[in-house]
Amino acid sequence: MDLTLRIWRQKNAQDPGKLVSYEAKDISSDMSFLEMLDVINEQLIEKGEEAIAFDSDCREGICGMCSLVINGVPHGAQFQKGTATCQLHMRKFKDGDVITIEPWRAKAFPVIKDLVCNRSAFDRVIQAGGFISVNTGGAPDANVIPIAKHDADRAMDAAACIGCGACVAACKNASAMLFVAAKVSHLAQLPQGQMEAKDRVRKMVVQMDAEGFGNCSNQLECQAVCPKEISVDFIAQMNREYLKSSV
Amino acid sequence: MILDSKIPSGPLAEKWDKHKFEMKLVNSANKRRYNVIVVGSGLAGASAAASLAEMGYSVQCFCVQDSPRRAHSIAAQGGINAAKNYANDGDSAQRLFYDTIKGGDFRSREANVYRLAQVSANIIDQCVAQGVPFAREYGGLLTNRSFGGALVSRTFYARGQTGQQLLLGAYQALSRQIGLGKIKMFPRTEMLDLVVLEDPCLPAGRQARGIVTRNLVTGKIESHAAAAVVLATGGYSNVYFLSTNARACNTTAIWRAHKKGAFFANPCYTQIHPTCIPQAGDHQSKLTLMSESLRNDGRVWVPKNAGDKRSPDQIPESERDYYLERKYPTYGNLAPRDISSRAAKRVCDEGRGVGPGGRGVYLDFTDATQRLGEKAIKERYGNLFDMYERITGENPYQVPMRIYPAPHYTMGGLWVDYNLMSNLPGLFVIGEANFSDHGANRLGASALMQGLADGYFILPYTIGQYFASMKRDPVTTDHPEFKKAEEAIASQISKLMSIHGKRTALSLHRELGKLIWDDCGMTRTEASLKNALHRIPELRDEFWGNVDVTGTSGDLNQALEHTGRVADYLEFVELLCQDALHRNESCGGHFREEFQTKEGEAKRDDANYSHVAAWEYAGEGKPEVLNKEPLLFENVHLQQRSYR
Repeated sequence: MDLTLRIWRQKNAQDPGKLVSYEAKDISSDMSFLEMLDVINEQLIEKGEEAIAFDSDCREGICGMCSLVINGVPHGAQFQKGTATCQLHMRKFKDGDVITIEPWRAKAFPVIKDLVCNRSAFDRVIQAGGFISVNTGGAPDANVIPIAKHDADRAMDAAACIGCGACVAACKNASAMLFVAAKVSHLAQLPQGQMEAKDRVRKMVVQMDAEGFGNCSNQLECQAVCPKEISVDFIAQMNREYLKSSV
Repeated sequence: MILDSKIPSGPLAEKWDKHKFEMKLVNSANKRRYNVIVVGSGLAGASAAASLAEMGYSVQCFCVQDSPRRAHSIAAQGGINAAKNYANDGDSAQRLFYDTIKGGDFRSREANVYRLAQVSANIIDQCVAQGVPFAREYGGLLTNRSFGGALVSRTFYARGQTGQQLLLGAYQALSRQIGLGKIKMFPRTEMLDLVVLEDPCLPAGRQARGIVTRNLVTGKIESHAAAAVVLATGGYSNVYFLSTNARACNTTAIWRAHKKGAFFANPCYTQIHPTCIPQAGDHQSKLTLMSESLRNDGRVWVPKNAGDKRSPDQIPESERDYYLERKYPTYGNLAPRDISSRAAKRVCDEGRGVGPGGRGVYLDFTDATQRLGEKAIKERYGNLFDMYERITGENPYQVPMRIYPAPHYTMGGLWVDYNLMSNLPGLFVIGEANFSDHGANRLGASALMQGLADGYFILPYTIGQYFASMKRDPVTTDHPEFKKAEEAIASQISKLMSIHGKRTALSLHRELGKLIWDDCGMTRTEASLKNALHRIPELRDEFWGNVDVTGTSGDLNQALEHTGRVADYLEFVELLCQDALHRNESCGGHFREEFQTKEGEAKRDDANYSHVAAWEYAGEGKPEVLNKEPLLFENVHLQQRSYR
């Protein structure tokens, strides 16, 4: 198939950036979306032009590195729900389509170049308290603490977050509530996480605000684009944890 | 040169405890004076960095991704082995040890493997304490599944995302130490050289004392000095271009350390994983693994007759060949990876392969679905089935999956002694980057185990012994060796930028990958290896004469990053083939067509090749020097590996 791509090009953080059009010819429907961009980049280099910068690594939907807004929706979730961009294949598109590709846009995720942005704010939120403070060695036998299957499964539902930032990119407030809630809920769901539960949620929320993420206004766009389909129920759980931490 | 593996004396089961007691300790108050560089933030790197910082050392950790949470350990699906015997099926450290030694085709060190089996149980305890949500039974206790090469259930898992959950556990421990100011993290930073200083106080005269890096965002070349350097940079499967590894996985860090004097051991031991989604076309950028855990319930088959093009539902039972169950009745579909991969290749070579191009075999869940119901199958493998459908456009609940082997893991790596230190004092190598525990073939669910064993429970002890027993002068990055390394890197980058040829690094990488897959892949012959060794220098010349890198070196330039890595593959690959050519036997993942039993299995030559081949760089254009570390087996009886 032949496609027209409108791709965001921005030299660096200072450059205002603009959309540039590219023609993509003879694209196979078996290609992944990122392989289609690989082809465009090969052609650009052959013409002596600079390739389009975009992040990707595992290309199987688990590392959370890839991050593209496709026709206005993070990870192209309007074409396929519950996956990252790297798992989107060209069979979802048809000949003649015009596809607009942009980076995540949020104050807390400044663009580094083209489609690549800086998501280190997420790391700092985890560093503020997204862990259980156990040092290596001295842990009791793993079966000493039984955990109900339901709780373990629910913890896993939250822990599945890949930290890609699509939730922030989809939110009109650039809120990171789903990301933060996923970690707060994962750890609060487990007995091991109880000791620090109050401290954890407070510190993570303080850091989330300091990074410039917005608030949640219950539009649920985050859940709609999340590649792991993390439920907004966890935001409610985080709010409860936060409330509990102050009483 | 005699390689001293420094294996402690005494009975196998007591070596590690005895060694831990005998190792010198560093006073807690002095630990912060030692700074340690950890390169890589996967399971091995993150767990080592966190544990070292908890102990009081100052740590600098580097990764090429934008966050340490994205290292490729995250993609491991199936699980992690541990000798807990929770399943009450007779497991023990001794059994895990034996399975691993046998699985590795008797080409690993007994003492290392036994230690790995011993600490495996601690890993599960540690991870549960961190909040890793392993799968549980209704009673609240942990559950297990089976994996290839074992007859007991010892694999712990977190849905199909075990690697992700273990990595996030280690990442959170790492993040805690970053938050406490004990670790300085350098994301989007690539190590481009190891700095080795001469030290007259040392018997070997040399010490690894730092690294030189490139900031991938600004392009700045920087030096970092340390008391010791730990490489946890993973394996080199991407030398094949198409592999299950992430795009950024590369051999640059360990290859450049090799060129600074670290020995490279057993590079020809590469693992080709049997259950991957077949290649769909030339555009393909990577291959996707379908977890080995699928072989618990899936049955592998091909048509009995060559050229049978009927759709799978039109082929009656009597005309199907469940070749793994037929050839290996004891292990069946759970035969180890090397054996399953070669069996798949053989049936495809016979013209019985399925799917476009005939390079595929069926993995069929019909029986399991009838036995357990679609709901149970969905619960166990739902995410994998969904992924398969997204990639191939076929629904595996209705049509059998098609799978084919793909490069996945590399057992070879930098040579290390029992303390995980290379032959260069002060250079430690952990996880997939070293060669130590898997011999010639790794069993499923053992990579996570080894990465975390090295990082949480072994290196943090052994590095203390190194600090306590060696004197060292303070070194800063003003030392001329750092400047020399920085200049060499800058000049290599400007050379790459100024060739302005006609070919992209990607196209050259693809060409290299195809050559090596054909000539040094699942099977090798003397002729194919000689052909590769003849072709590689030509391809290298083509690269240095005709590669084109656009953009500049002073900012984020992904094409430049990749080009530098391809340059290193083009050097490393020669050693890979040379090692495969030297090893005139078949063992594990290294299968030389000339050396097979009459049943077509790997035929070892214990009299001549029961050694670790540790290659020593001798300078540009000079042949590498082979050093041999003999493997001594005092506790297991060497035998022909059988899974029949």
